[in-house]
Amino acid sequence: MTIRKIKLGSVVLTALFGALSIFFLLPLVWMMSSAAKTEKEVWTFPIQWIPEDWHFIENFKTVWMGDVSFGLFYMNSVKIALISTLATLIVSAMAGYALSKLKFTGKGLVFSAMMAFMMIPEQATLVPRYIMIKEMGLYDTHAALILMGMFSSYFTFLLRQFMIGVHNDLLEAAELDGAGFFRIFWSVMLPLSRPILATVGIIKFIWTWNDYQGPLIMLNSTNLYTIPLGMQFFKEEFGTTISVMMMASLAAIIPLLVLFLVLQKQVIKGISIGGVKG
Amino acid sequence: MSQHATVQKQLAAKDKRTYWTRRRREQLAGWLFIAPEVIGMLVLAVFPLIFSLGLSLTEWNLVGGLSAIKFIGLDNFAELFRDDRFLKALKNNIGFTAGTVPATMLLGVVFAAIIHKKLYIKDYFKVAFFVPYICSTVAVSAVWSALYHPSKGPLNQLLIQLGVADPPRWLVDTSWSLAAIMVIYIWQLLGYQIIIFLAGMANIPDELYEAATIDGATGIQQFRRITLPMLGPTTFFLAITSIISSFKVFDMIKFLTNGGPNYSSTVIVYQIYEEGFQHFRMGYASAMSWILFLIIMLVTSLTWITQSRKVHY
Repeated sequence: MTIRKIKLGSVVLTALFGALSIFFLLPLVWMMSSAAKTEKEVWTFPIQWIPEDWHFIENFKTVWMGDVSFGLFYMNSVKIALISTLATLIVSAMAGYALSKLKFTGKGLVFSAMMAFMMIPEQATLVPRYIMIKEMGLYDTHAALILMGMFSSYFTFLLRQFMIGVHNDLLEAAELDGAGFFRIFWSVMLPLSRPILATVGIIKFIWTWNDYQGPLIMLNSTNLYTIPLGMQFFKEEFGTTISVMMMASLAAIIPLLVLFLVLQKQVIKGISIGGVKG
Repeated sequence: MSQHATVQKQLAAKDKRTYWTRRRREQLAGWLFIAPEVIGMLVLAVFPLIFSLGLSLTEWNLVGGLSAIKFIGLDNFAELFRDDRFLKALKNNIGFTAGTVPATMLLGVVFAAIIHKKLYIKDYFKVAFFVPYICSTVAVSAVWSALYHPSKGPLNQLLIQLGVADPPRWLVDTSWSLAAIMVIYIWQLLGYQIIIFLAGMANIPDELYEAATIDGATGIQQFRRITLPMLGPTTFFLAITSIISSFKVFDMIKFLTNGGPNYSSTVIVYQIYEEGFQHFRMGYASAMSWILFLIIMLVTSLTWITQSRKVHY
């Protein structure tokens, strides 16, 4: 092996891109700095990146301990994102197992149909789904959002692609030991699929957490709001107080930002597998 | 494989003289495992699509209840093409796609190529450019709306200092609102494009570049003659998904401008939202939904057709 030479061109380019990436992230830096400022200081120009008059605690209190607390929106978002993610994983893993390892009549048809369903844009069926949810008596409930979010032919496809690669010997060994199909799925297939389940789960969690359109249409009561709707609510209440709005934005972004920084490999892998043809 | 055959035989031996042979059990299991997904798809995607086609032929104000449904044939579709707001939305949407898709893809492929071939600490750059993508669209919209503030915002303060006497009023300016939103959209999506292009580039064999280097090809020549052609499938995938998502843009527009000022930033999905969920004109909103669906189908099939002709690897 040769020792990698440090190329001057690359060093310069890396420094240049480093500067560019910081410039790229400036809006988020501005958000963080403004969340800690007084309203007056938010607007000073040139921008005061480090606040002179720290107002972090006051803004924090307005967002988290006001009449309507962000804490409530958090609880709702965590609940919906967790349950939807879990439900999607179960439904998609079951379907993925059937489509990858079981032989049954109509399998090919089901698979092609599912690939076709992927093309139906959610936005095109908003109206009828809203009417259906109303008729079912689920309007303005979290159940409506979970129900809407738990079926994904896209995730099923990703899981199926992974499960096809699981060795049949392992499944047959379990069958010889007397395991039924459900048992094979639960004790062999699921544990072996852990990497893909984690990847898909994180992506689904992020999508659900950030979903704005679904809750906007299905929810009405403020106490059921998720974080994106809570942002909307804050905009109506404090729209002109930017320091408070930035504190709310920060609160909306922080959990996913931390999750992303901790699990960056998983998230980036999850995003890339969709783009590489299977 | 003989081992495989023995296993199969052993399993078959267990099945003797029972109705629930292995094949029957597998059939049943297959259907049971697929059932939740299939039912969910039928109820939440296929049925609504057909239902909305039916609705699009009616005039129905939800407030009036089921008895208020009136069949009006194709009148909704006829109205669409006389509806200035819808036509504006359609025009804006096409402009939005034309403005954002080539820009993100071009920036994406160039940035990805530089990160892939030229930079140290690649992982840092992947993460840095990807951060906006995982942020809540609503939250980043709130940040940008402050940056865009017409009189006090940092952007216009900077422009004034640079000598622009009368900078655009961005989100509250009829001629700038859509462009201002496009900038946010590109900013948020760029990282996604970079990640996908990088994944594509990772699949290009290094030997190709080594051979080209020996032949004396410059970096830019290598990019044009090796990277771009080899990225065919990735580019195809990104083109389809980016065009489709640009036709579905909604969150930013709803949160920032409500399609305004004066419908200057409205798009198809926003009009569906306004007609369906604010005016409760379910039939009319469904007609719009079908137009959206047809546009997406058209885009997908067009790209498929051109793809199957051009790119073969």
